[in-house]
Amino acid sequence: MERWQTSIDPNSEGFRTNREAMSALLKEIDGQLEVARAGGGERSVERLRSRGKMMVRERLELLLDRDSPFLELSPLAGWGTDFAVGGGFVTGIGVVADVECIIAGNDPTVISGAITPIVGKKIDRALEIARLNRLPYIQFVESAGADLRPRGGGSPEDDMRRQLGHFAESGRLFHDITELSAMRIPTVSIVFGSSTAGGAYQPGMSDYNIFIRGRSKVFLGGPPLVKMATGEDSDAEELGGAEVHATKSGLADYLAEDEVDALRMARSVITHLNWRKLGPGPSMPPDEPLYDREDLLGLLPVDLRTPMDIREVIGRIVDGSRFEEFKPLYGPTLVTGWASIHGFPVGILGNNGVLFLNESQKAAQFIQLCNQIDVPIIFLQNITGYIVGKVYEQGGIVKEGSKMINAVSNSKVPHITVIIGASYGAGNYGMSGRAYDTRFVFTWPTAKISVMGPKQLAGVMSIVRRAAAARTGEEFNEAEDAMITAGVEDFTEKASLALYATGRVVDDGIIDPRDTRTVLGITLSACHSNEVKGAQGYGVYRM
Amino acid sequence: MTRIARLLIAGRGEIARRIMRTAREMGIATVAVYAEPDADAPFVREADQAVSLRGTTSQETYLDIEKIIAAARRTEADAVHPGYGFLAENAGFARAVVDAGLTWVGPRAEAIATMGDKLAAKKLMTEANVPTLPSVRVARSVTKEVRKRAAKVGYPLLVKAASGGGGKGMRVVSDEAGLADAVSGARREAAAAFGDDTVFLERFLAGARHVEVQVFGDSHGNIVHCFERECSIQRRHQKIIEESPSPAVDDDLRRRLGEAAVEAARAVGYDNAGTVEFMLDKDGSFYFLEMNTRLQVEHPVTEEITGLDLVREQIKVAEGAPLSFRQEELRMDGHAIEARIYAEDPANDFLPATGRLIAWRPDPALPARFESGVEAGSEVSPYFDPMLAKVIVHGRDRSEAASRLATVLERLQMPGIVSNRDFLVNVLRHDAFIAADTTTDFIERHSPARERDVSEEQLRAAALAAALASQRARRAKARALATIPSGWRNNPSAMQQVRYLHRDEEVLTQYLRKGDGAFTYEVAGHSGEARVLRSEDGWTELEIDGVQQRLSVVSQGADHWVQSPAGEVRLVELPRFPERERERTAGGYLAPMPGRIVSVKVSAGQQVTAGEVLVIVEAMKMEHVITCAEDGIVTEVRVVADEQVEAGHVLLVVDTGKDES
Repeated sequence: MERWQTSIDPNSEGFRTNREAMSALLKEIDGQLEVARAGGGERSVERLRSRGKMMVRERLELLLDRDSPFLELSPLAGWGTDFAVGGGFVTGIGVVADVECIIAGNDPTVISGAITPIVGKKIDRALEIARLNRLPYIQFVESAGADLRPRGGGSPEDDMRRQLGHFAESGRLFHDITELSAMRIPTVSIVFGSSTAGGAYQPGMSDYNIFIRGRSKVFLGGPPLVKMATGEDSDAEELGGAEVHATKSGLADYLAEDEVDALRMARSVITHLNWRKLGPGPSMPPDEPLYDREDLLGLLPVDLRTPMDIREVIGRIVDGSRFEEFKPLYGPTLVTGWASIHGFPVGILGNNGVLFLNESQKAAQFIQLCNQIDVPIIFLQNITGYIVGKVYEQGGIVKEGSKMINAVSNSKVPHITVIIGASYGAGNYGMSGRAYDTRFVFTWPTAKISVMGPKQLAGVMSIVRRAAAARTGEEFNEAEDAMITAGVEDFTEKASLALYATGRVVDDGIIDPRDTRTVLGITLSACHSNEVKGAQGYGVYRM
Repeated sequence: MTRIARLLIAGRGEIARRIMRTAREMGIATVAVYAEPDADAPFVREADQAVSLRGTTSQETYLDIEKIIAAARRTEADAVHPGYGFLAENAGFARAVVDAGLTWVGPRAEAIATMGDKLAAKKLMTEANVPTLPSVRVARSVTKEVRKRAAKVGYPLLVKAASGGGGKGMRVVSDEAGLADAVSGARREAAAAFGDDTVFLERFLAGARHVEVQVFGDSHGNIVHCFERECSIQRRHQKIIEESPSPAVDDDLRRRLGEAAVEAARAVGYDNAGTVEFMLDKDGSFYFLEMNTRLQVEHPVTEEITGLDLVREQIKVAEGAPLSFRQEELRMDGHAIEARIYAEDPANDFLPATGRLIAWRPDPALPARFESGVEAGSEVSPYFDPMLAKVIVHGRDRSEAASRLATVLERLQMPGIVSNRDFLVNVLRHDAFIAADTTTDFIERHSPARERDVSEEQLRAAALAAALASQRARRAKARALATIPSGWRNNPSAMQQVRYLHRDEEVLTQYLRKGDGAFTYEVAGHSGEARVLRSEDGWTELEIDGVQQRLSVVSQGADHWVQSPAGEVRLVELPRFPERERERTAGGYLAPMPGRIVSVKVSAGQQVTAGEVLVIVEAMKMEHVITCAEDGIVTEVRVVADEQVEAGHVLLVVDTGKDES
């Protein structure tokens, strides 16, 4: 296989400017990660420790195999919202007793581990990843239950009007946990504290439950509710203490003496699972790329309109920088080809500009070929969209773009998408965006996700306003329009930022560009926990 | 003249290998005999033929004359070399060998017999005008009469086995109160080791030196001496460092010592290699102690300074040849020192240790003579003498030899076994040793450190090397995500953690791999940066805070031995998930080493007081007395006499009436 020959100059001024800009973004992200790790702040951490408890990440570190990697998912979920950065909940892929698992756990220092909408999204996503990739699911349960705090500070009536969610929508979590079990994906709960009322079904639905003496409390109704409901006097320990569940109710399968003991037991449970991954193991030489991953910081232009050769990125993330390009001369603004990452063979689609007709056809064909040979696909998005204009519309860009979206939608091999720059409009869909059952979506700090470029969007809206004014004969206020246009552009720009997307759990996390190869290695391996099998049916359409 | 064609060696370990080496050089075939625990030992493998003596203990094997003679017949050996220890000084064995028509590589049986009775020997020496120390025989238990005669000998005195050697059955008694116990202990030990419980009391010279003279005779009446050796550095009356020449002996004294030794040998018509031992008092006067009628453990120091091969000479003389050299031809060249490496714990009263030697690698860059009975993988069993090896260094002068020997010992890789290696280094580097202030009470007087002084920096490097080596091994074994960088995190919250125990100190070791492959580390509160430069062949080159070092890490379970040029650091990894506190027996007395219960002095229900003897345990022919630490009542006795116990076994329980909380 050919090795990519780089042509960048890391000492050029453009490269240095890019690197400085990227480093500034990374610094900001590091600062936010620190905020996330700090949890509910010093006082709540103090209180946790005074009760002889560990922080969620300490529990996690002790659960994982020594020196094994851990990929935390959506570590900055909740950024830019009313909720804590990180959401007070940790999810990720880690190795326990040589088995890759999904691990999900409350941070009890953040509003006592209450389930906020952000936590809900993270749990849903963790369960989805477990389901799609067939990863054993381990949860640390310690939660005050649903976050019932009123929002917005107004009257309860105001709050009701604003509240769009409904109780009857919730609780899907319990369905999903037991669904994993039905799919023969093991679920393990370690109950570190209270998990009452609805929360009781978290262990209730798990295959294996580890309770901690004097710590775990699991019951449907606490002493006050029992008193109200039946008049019976009771204490929490009698209702749902660890010993009660281990000796009387049978809800606890293992009774641990303390947190460390519980984590040891969880490792032991995973050890006995007799776990076999269904996908093939890595089959290609996993040697490092020829070029320095540090260069990835300086590749992406500050101005996303400046072109960048995606092969420079590919050459820094694939094994040995080996890349067999498919149809290099046809549809040149979409780069397609084969490589391997940490030994896993992959097909790669990467943008080198706007998608034209030929590019769309090439993508559809390439995706079909990957399905034919059961090879996962990596999408490297830096896409401002499909081409527009008379020539292209008449030439059938909608038709060709649809072929590409059709191929992406019905592809059955795992897709992993990394948004490195622009991700605008239907380009996001065609390049396997979040809504396309993509196994994992990561963003670089430079990513911008939007329906179209902020300038274009603001300009389009200005034209529409001008047209409406002309229609009604109103006088068009130029000054006001300029203000609105600037405002729209500014808001769209902010809303397109990677942090904004990651805060809303639209991706699986912002990653340091230098970690791209590692993150892809971990997630590809996770995908191979499940069977890797392409779509079957028609033969490959020659486009 | 007879010609020896096939030599059976009736010994084990290093001396068997040593004798075989010379035999091979002389074109003589070799036969080893062995006890079952030695079946895999190097001396068995290196012999041309080896015969199992079908037994475990010394009594069943190396001390069984009939079995050994049968082995010689079976293999058609025509000569027997007894090595040292076991039957080497047993006149009956020498006779049996000769009666079987075989050549005995050693002195005449009569000479062995005479010198074997220490008291008879002393009498003979007095007659030959060789000075001796006052002494008295004790045939049975201590009577009034014995006490009276002991007082005449004078305290402090030494209780010694009449037919002993090697420090076994030997006790120093400082006053009359300790006499009875010392005598009964010595008699028991002597009976076990030599089959004779006769002991005698001898004046003990404090602050004297142990100086001995190598003598050699042949069947033609020639007797020469090969200068002296000083063997004053002893623990438990056993030599651990020997040298030649003695720094306390000048030419005149050497001449007088040599003459006395030759006189002693001549008095018994000596006709092979032997050693005449003296106590050399502060004022230069010397006294005959005993004569060892065999090759000595420390013979290599004599070989190193004279250029002789004493084993070769023994064989030639046994064949009937005259000595190959004359007294006036002998010269001394430079200085040689030998150190004996024992499997024992200096920090725990030199108690014998057992275990498996994981590696055995002398530094090839340092010239030294290794006489070892072990190799990588050797098991050190509790059945025989725990000496692993002797290391001999020859230097231009004493200080060069001492300094180089210390370095050789420091750099020797011998993970897996607790040994006196570091203690030997501390002695060799001790100012008093360098100043030649060497007396038999050197260790009590100067108290060289029992353990190596490990600097904080050395400990840090060791912990880091162990942690990074383990890390590497775990990554290599990982079955999931094995090619992903070690400990990778996209949101790093903590460093990787390992806790080690170094002696009694816990060493928290943390590290975190950085993007460029280096590690930031924090060991015992000190942080910095480390990088693994190379790792091959058991060696790891580390760069720690800019300084490169070559370290070797050998790991077995939770034990890690880190070897650096400065010496070894042993770390015990604490479990990541500590086991729940095990039930400890309050008031329990544990066996300090693996061994056999000699006697149980108390029974359940008995009132005991601090200092009272509870149990006597024997390991490797040395007795260890378990005394009561605190007054109380014996609630349980869990062992009986003759029982074999492991180290840590609960022997008995004493209730001190205190509540354990």
